[in-house]
Formats: sequence, C-alpha cells, structure tokens
Amino acid sequence: MNPENQIKYEAGCLFIEGQLSHVTIPGIARRIKKLGARDVETIDMAGVTKLDSAGVGFLDQLLEKQFPSARLVNVSEAQTSALDTFSAKHHQLPEAIVPEGLFEKMGDAVYQLRHHFANLVLLISEITYWSAVGIFSRKGRRKGAVLQQILLIGNNAIGIIALLSFVLGLILALQSAAQLRQFGASIYVADLIAISMVREMGPMMTAIIIAGRSGSAFAAEISSMKVSEEIDALRMMAVNPIRYVVVPKFLAITISMPLLVTLSMVLGIFGGFIIGVSYLDLTPVSYINETLSILTLEDLMVGYSKSIFFAGVIIVIGSYYGFRAEGGAEGVGRVTTSAVVASIFAVIFLDAIFSLIYMV
Amino acid sequence: MKTEAVIEIKGLVTRFGERTILNHIDLDFFKNDVTVILGGSGSGKTTLLKSILGLVTADEGDIRLFGQEFDLEDEASVNATLQRIGVLFQNGALLNSISVLENFAIPLEQHTKLDQSLIKQMASVKLGMVGLAQAAHQLPSELSGGMRKRAALARAIALDPELLFCDEPSAGLDPITSAALDDLILTLRDQLQMSIVVVTHELASIHRIADRIVFLEKGKILFHGSVPEAKSCGLEVVEKFFQAGTF
Repeated sequence: MNPENQIKYEAGCLFIEGQLSHVTIPGIARRIKKLGARDVETIDMAGVTKLDSAGVGFLDQLLEKQFPSARLVNVSEAQTSALDTFSAKHHQLPEAIVPEGLFEKMGDAVYQLRHHFANLVLLISEITYWSAVGIFSRKGRRKGAVLQQILLIGNNAIGIIALLSFVLGLILALQSAAQLRQFGASIYVADLIAISMVREMGPMMTAIIIAGRSGSAFAAEISSMKVSEEIDALRMMAVNPIRYVVVPKFLAITISMPLLVTLSMVLGIFGGFIIGVSYLDLTPVSYINETLSILTLEDLMVGYSKSIFFAGVIIVIGSYYGFRAEGGAEGVGRVTTSAVVASIFAVIFLDAIFSLIYMV
Repeated sequence: MKTEAVIEIKGLVTRFGERTILNHIDLDFFKNDVTVILGGSGSGKTTLLKSILGLVTADEGDIRLFGQEFDLEDEASVNATLQRIGVLFQNGALLNSISVLENFAIPLEQHTKLDQSLIKQMASVKLGMVGLAQAAHQLPSELSGGMRKRAALARAIALDPELLFCDEPSAGLDPITSAALDDLILTLRDQLQMSIVVVTHELASIHRIADRIVFLEKGKILFHGSVPEAKSCGLEVVEKFFQAGTF
C-alpha cells in the first residue's frame, strides 16, 4: 500500500497522515483494524493531505460504526467543505427492490396470458380486415411497397431455401435408401421423398427459414419504429400503422411463401432424384414416373395451405412483438429474439396440429 | 490568472475522409476553470472533445493531458489517465441492462478496492447530489432523459476526477434542473478543484458557469477568452450568438 500513510494511536486520539482517497482507503482501513484501537475519542485530521469523496464516506462510516463516540479534530477549511459536500447524513438510498420469486413470476405470467391472448386476437382481426381491404384498395400504403417486400422476403431468400431443400432431399433419400434397399424396395424412395417434401418438409423448412430471416426483420423494423415514436407519428397523421406497415408485408409474404415452398418441394425432390439415380441405380424415368404417380392434388393442397398459414403466423407474431417493444434499442433486441423463437415454435407446433388433422 | 494547463493542444487536425473537421487547433485548458466550448452545429465541438479523449484519432498534432503525452498505445498509462477523467456523454450513455446504482458502482468496483458498503454510501451521496437517491434501484430505461443525464453525471464524478468533460449537459432539461446542474458543476469546481470542459448552447448556463469560452467556427478557434470579452470582441458571429438569447 501507500508508504506515506501513517496511522498512529495515542491516548484516545487516532492520527491519520497522508492521502485519504479511494486509492489509500483499503490500506488505511486494514491498518486501523490492526491497531485494534478502542475508545477513540478524537480523529486528528491535521496530517491528511488529500480528502476526496471516498475519504469522507470512509470517515462517516468510521464515526458511525467503529467509533461512535469519536469526533474529528484539527479539520482544515478545505476538509470542512469536502465534509459538507460529501457527508452522507442528508441522503438515504431507498430499499433495494426484491426480485419476484419463481412462483410469483409464473403466476404473473399466467395471469398476463389473457391480455396477450386478447391483444393477439385483436391484432389478427385488424391485420385480416385491413389486408382484405388492401387487396382491393391501394389506399393506405406506399406505392410499390408490396413489390418491394416481395423482393425482400421472397427473392432474397431463393438461394438459401433452394440450397437447404436440396440438401434436405439428399439427406432424406440417403437415410431412407439404406433401409429400403434391404427389402429391394428402392423405388419407394421416390414416394417417400415426394410425399414428405410436399406435405411436410417443404412448407416447414421454408417457414422456419422465413421466420428466421424475415420474421426477425419485421419485429426489428416495427419495434424500432415503435420505440422511436414513428408508429405514434403515423397514428397522428391519421394513418393506420397496421394498414401502412403490416399489410404490405402480409400481402407480400402470402404471395411469396407458396412460391418459395414450390421451389423447396422441387429442389427437395431433385435431391432425392440425384441419390436415387446415382446411388440406388434407378432410371431417371422410373423415378420421375413414380414421383408423379404418388403425388395427388390433395398432397399439394396440404402443402400450400400450410405454407399460407405459416406465412400469416410469422407476420402476426413478428408484428405482435414489434408493437409491444419499449425501452429503446435494448427493447428492439429483446422483442426480435422473442419473435423469432415464438414464430419458429408456432410453426412447428402448427405443423404438428396440421398433421393430426389431415391424418384423421 | 491561473497558469497551470491541464490540457495542451498543439496543431490538432482531425479529418473524416476528405472533410477537415478540426483545422490546426492550438488550445490550452487551465486548472480549476470551467471552459465552455461553443459553436454552431457542425463546427467541430464534439469532435474536439472526442479528439482530446482519444475516441476520435487525430490526424496531426499533439495533445497533452496533465502534462503527459496521451499515448493510446500504452494501455497502462491511458487507464491511469482515464481514472483522473470523468466524461458525461450527450445522452448519458448509462448501461441499460443494470440499475443506476450499479452503473454508478462500475468505476469504483473496477478501479478501487473499496468495500461494498462504502461504495453504497458514496452512491447515496453522489446520487443525492444530483437529486437521484430515490431512483438508485431503477433501470436507466425507466428514467426520464434529464434523470438519465444526472445519473450519468454522478457516474462521471464517482472517482472524483480532476478533469470533467460534459457534452451538452443541459440540452433537453428544464431550466430549473439545468440551473441545479450548473450549480453542481460550480460546486465541483470550487470544492474539488476540478477542471471542467463543457460543450453547451444554453446561454443562461454559459453566463452562470463559464470562466472562459472557446468559440469554434468551421473547425477553427474564432474566439478564446471570458464572456464579457466575447460580448465586445468585435467578431460578428460571436456577438450574434450572445445577442440571440437576449430578449
């Protein structure tokens, strides 16, 4: 510690010499403890060369806790003013807020659910209403907004969806080929790939990618508009924010999703085709014939209806979280994360429900 | 006149790409003075502040803090120097994820070995000085803009710095809070012998606190001196600035 500090204790008087600042205090405190001084009546300040706010705080604590009967002597003018400025007697911190317990939190979350549910229903109805209106009327949205959103949501996602679906087709085909081959039923790989890509994997993969890519972007855009008062500004200009911001996205995603899903289905089947032809020694013609003969219109309807449903879910969840944002940039980050997690969860959960419905 | 310079700037040039923001600034800031940096928007006030602090790299010139070269390569000396400096940023720049009290405690926890009870006591004092003792456990996002700024000031003076920089401390504050903040700045100067550099536009506040003013215009120093001198300096821009606020 600082060598210049001298602590002496003589006949009820504690002498502190040198600096009394945030640098030296821990050492001084230790030395006072070591001295084991009791019955301190006065603390001599004459030797203190520097007294900062930490020093004043330290003296306050010393007088309050260790030496309640002591007082300061030989206080210089500068020290008096420091003591006046920084003495804690005038201010008290409020009690710390006790964080909620686990059960309180859970109970609160459940109690809040009804609000969420009510707001969600309200939002869905508004989006549906204004989208239906929006199909027939251009009023209330920017020129070219829908096309721009289609480019943003659809066009820019083509690469990643094509690649992932192709790889998914490869994987599915390879995994099933090993099993089916044992029975000499290699040709059924075509059926398996076709049905699973069209009914399940195509729509779901596309939805998950779009939720991650575009769902997060909606939530981020809407929430940053919310926290920077842009949403309020739109309202005050008598522009419905849902109609102006959400509807173009809703229309765009409803148009883009089926197209992207088609792409995903085709490339998934193409992935299976590659494996079938190269690894299972099927002829290209037989693979294609098998695929075409197994697929029914119903399969396609299932796939497309799902994809449109997922599109709606992604938009609703993204904008729901977006409109709930508060508290600056941090709030934007928080709702964006929640929106992605919630929409991916919702997509998979809905997919399960759809599977159940179509099974029966 | 006090002579000891805490900041010496010689031939400072800062460019952003092609644009020259600061053009050969020569300037000294003196100990125990409140120096106000003035100037229109885009005149380089904030850039000057950030150049001094090393947040913006100067292209040419020499900046000495406390008589020492501020060598950004030498981390130990930079950290030692920074502990003698407090900075109040324009929007407070409190960390949003932790409470006001925890924000205040950051410099103390990182740079001293004081125990928690003493840190809490100092927090109660300094948050009390800025009138925020009651808000200690709140998050910055729950505070108003003015409260956030005051909390940030408390954090800036946590270590009793010798040099305090304030970027627009009273912007967006009501006149009463703004005056209280000015009083606090004067208290810091008088009680703690702090040297304070303030960037502000508020005429009322300039009249209250400024020992000397530096008037920037297009990256150059147009005027450097006291307020009364500024009012009769014969420079049109400077005089206009002071007339703009009189009714």
